[in-house]
Amino acid sequence: MAWQWFHRLGSPRWFYQKTNVWLPWLALASVVLLSVGTVWGLGFAPEDAKQGNSYRIIFIHVPAAFLALAGYYIMAISGAIGLIWKMKLSFAVMRAAAPIGAVLTFISLFTGAVWGKPTWGTYWVWDARITSMLILLFLYIGVMALSQAVSREQVADKASALLALVGTVNIPIIYKSVDWWFTLHQPATIRLTESSSIDPSMFYPLLTMIIGFYCMYAWTLLTHTRALLLRREVRTQWAQQELAGGK
Amino acid sequence: MHPVRKQRLILVLVLVTLSSVAVGFVTYAMRENMDYFYAPSAFAAGEVPFEKRIRAGGCVVPGSVQRAEDSLDVRFVITDGEAELAVVFDKILPDLFAEGEAAVISGRLMQDGTMRADQVLAKHDETYTPPEVAESMVSHESCADGAKI
Repeated sequence: MAWQWFHRLGSPRWFYQKTNVWLPWLALASVVLLSVGTVWGLGFAPEDAKQGNSYRIIFIHVPAAFLALAGYYIMAISGAIGLIWKMKLSFAVMRAAAPIGAVLTFISLFTGAVWGKPTWGTYWVWDARITSMLILLFLYIGVMALSQAVSREQVADKASALLALVGTVNIPIIYKSVDWWFTLHQPATIRLTESSSIDPSMFYPLLTMIIGFYCMYAWTLLTHTRALLLRREVRTQWAQQELAGGK
Repeated sequence: MHPVRKQRLILVLVLVTLSSVAVGFVTYAMRENMDYFYAPSAFAAGEVPFEKRIRAGGCVVPGSVQRAEDSLDVRFVITDGEAELAVVFDKILPDLFAEGEAAVISGRLMQDGTMRADQVLAKHDETYTPPEVAESMVSHESCADGAKI
């Protein structure tokens, strides 16, 4: 009995109808937070004493990297739940999370390269942080490819969930790489246990952008999951009703 | 929890644990190769081969930067707080290169113990401050505070 709520959560129909209500709010929150954060960060936050204006790329670089890492856990944990409880919904979440995570990883690598040129003097180095981030991109692409590679959907789900789970090893490595080894990449600025080494006038717009990215991530993930569910369940009655009602 | 699901949960946990342990061993075995550069104390300890392409990193000692008047040649000294390493370079330095800041140098270690650089990268730290706040703080231009690299 205690697990009943959990199994109901796994029902695609229930999920589809519940999230319908959340989507507009998530969309509104992401648009507002991201616009406020962008204008605040790019227009009103002071420039950095050493890096001048080029530091402003952190307002995209840092939130994208945060979500690239957090999104991997979302993908892997959904895969694990799917493996254990054989839940269609959680496999759909896993499949939906892979391309979003890949795009966020690419954004953080790309903005990092753009930032690296004026500050470090190079676009790319093979240090531990940047290389492990590149491996994360390949893991996301691997999960995407594997989930499309097998025509039997259940087999593809299982295989990509296993790959996602094995890849979780990389996440703490990315996170701690700047502390464990000598890297060109600087250590973390925002720390949970100690005080952050960023001035409050720059930290608050950054925080706004991070929360905005979280909202945008949730919005994109839900929208993509819903689309995948409709396609998988297209023969069921509820999906037919939703499709007919949407027109 | 249903026994079958419990069994699958245990399998998932075992998979994640075993792969973490395996990767942990590999990274532990390669721990020195995972470093992007050698610190000056590794040079002093004789761990760095001569005449091979290697990288060194450290804080640029304030007052050590000497520029030639008729060319781009520049000499400076980097430190990690324990040892020092002299560097010669003949190209343009990155904008953020400064005394008291960290730099990462690619090049070859010469027999005389100096490093001939073919690339110098500036390593910036993780602090972000507006200019007014930075000015009111104690001057940062020293390698004394642990010579963070």
